[in-house]
Amino acid sequence: MTAALGFLSPKGRVLPIFTVLAIIIVLWYALAIALNYNRVSEQLEQVDPGYSISELIQGTWNMERPVLPAPDQIAVDLWNSTAALKVTSKRSLVYHAYITASATLVGFAFGTLLGILLAAGIVHVRTLDRSLMPWIIASQTIPILAIAPMIIVILASVGVTGLVPKAIISMYLCFFPVTIGMVKGLRSPDPQQMDLMRTYNASRWQIFWKLRVPASIPFLFASLKVAIAISLVGAIVGELPTGAEGGLGSRMLAGSYYGQMVQIWSALVLAAILGMTLVYSIAGIEWATLRRTGGRA
Amino acid sequence: MPSEPTAKVVDLPIRGRGPDGKAASSDVIIDIRDLGLTFQTADAPVVALRNINLAIRSGEFVSLIGPSGCGKTTLMRIVADLEQPTEGTITVNGVSPREARLKRSYGYIFQAAALYPWRNVRRNVELPHEIMGVPKEEREARAKRYLELVGLNGFERKFPWQLSGGMQQRVSIARALSFDPHLLLMDEPFGALDEITRDRMNEELLQIWEKTRKTVIFVTHSIDEAVLLSTRIVVMSARPGRIVDVIDSTLPHHRTLETRETPAAIELAHRVREGLKAGHSYD
Repeated sequence: MTAALGFLSPKGRVLPIFTVLAIIIVLWYALAIALNYNRVSEQLEQVDPGYSISELIQGTWNMERPVLPAPDQIAVDLWNSTAALKVTSKRSLVYHAYITASATLVGFAFGTLLGILLAAGIVHVRTLDRSLMPWIIASQTIPILAIAPMIIVILASVGVTGLVPKAIISMYLCFFPVTIGMVKGLRSPDPQQMDLMRTYNASRWQIFWKLRVPASIPFLFASLKVAIAISLVGAIVGELPTGAEGGLGSRMLAGSYYGQMVQIWSALVLAAILGMTLVYSIAGIEWATLRRTGGRA
Repeated sequence: MPSEPTAKVVDLPIRGRGPDGKAASSDVIIDIRDLGLTFQTADAPVVALRNINLAIRSGEFVSLIGPSGCGKTTLMRIVADLEQPTEGTITVNGVSPREARLKRSYGYIFQAAALYPWRNVRRNVELPHEIMGVPKEEREARAKRYLELVGLNGFERKFPWQLSGGMQQRVSIARALSFDPHLLLMDEPFGALDEITRDRMNEELLQIWEKTRKTVIFVTHSIDEAVLLSTRIVVMSARPGRIVDVIDSTLPHHRTLETRETPAAIELAHRVREGLKAGHSYD
């Protein structure tokens, strides 16, 4: 059986993914029946008490405002709000995904830069190691849901709105894994590799660029994958309090205001697709970099 | 700890010294006097080296041999300014080890090849030249020449993990030779290799040494290796690390692997073994 379906997957990856997907979809339909059952049965009761089971099931999968929409309803809504619309339309999810993605990427870029600078400082200056690290860790113990509205409100009061506040929230979240990973990475050269540099009378600057930085690259990419995923979370959280400005987060908020579960789910699915695209892009860059620098990837 | 019979060590004749104990000839490259190193550890100070006196002249191949913990690597790291002595004096090329290091006057070869895995073979050999600011073309020419010398032409673009242990160590030798330091410090360079590879590497090292006339300090715990390669063998003992015997080689200058089986070599090996045994009996 697996051999017959082998064409699906050159490396045996596609079949497992689709198997899991199929299981999720079956469970989802079952769950939709269970969660939407009460309201559908009430409605059917009023019209015709003698309804059949298949009518009931059909009803739970086709509600206008379901508690849990069926997968095909989400798929249809996704199609209608992406492929069926111009991307410039305010109702297009592609447009909203673009808004979220730009805040994510700007925040990610600055967060990565900040994370690397902090790590370089911590590795080279003992005082920074002792004084900064506790604050960096403390910064991450504060729930982002509490910080995000404050950043939005404070920046709005000085006239900064739109992409910047969201990017700042993303940056706030994503510098952390980069700092932690890079501190570890910049310290990863073994004593012999460091001694070798000493025998060449290399400067700290040369040791940094020719030894510490290349040695830290695998750590950097591991951190970047975490960082870009939480950067997306940061941007979405940053969009929740801004309301109508746009972005996947505001779509989710609007959906919950108007009881549009299908709309929320569409935005969620698109956010997941966006996140996967971003993480796999990093993985692609990692693969290309490691191949160029002798990695076995 | 019982008092150490260190007097015997001090009495050892040291070649290259006049009766006044000063370096007799100007070609002494490394001059070590009454050197000691005590590590301060949490529970008790550890005497790594005590009463080391040794003069090494230009063009010599000196092996340091002894059991683990006898301080042979530590002694070489002091020469390289990677450790600081707590007693005595040492000069390298007439200046302090630190100044010698700043002038890049030695090439250090570590037990593990210490190649940078993200650089291919050629760029690993180019590393010291990059740091010293050698122009790109000369860097490449030197890498090519020295990789040829160690028999690795054609492997320039391979990465370290694609090479065997012996080949990796040859890259590290090419790297150390490529900026032409007069002094080579080799810290058990073949210790991690199998016997057959080690034999071949010894043969190649002999050829390179004959060709380049470098001064070599070679740390090993193989008696065979020390006998085959050295013009002088320094036998060391542990706790505290000290010199128990200094043996001048009686072997001819030109040597091959077969030289090990000559009576002179067997006699030398015997004397090294006796020295090691004597050092051991102090425990």
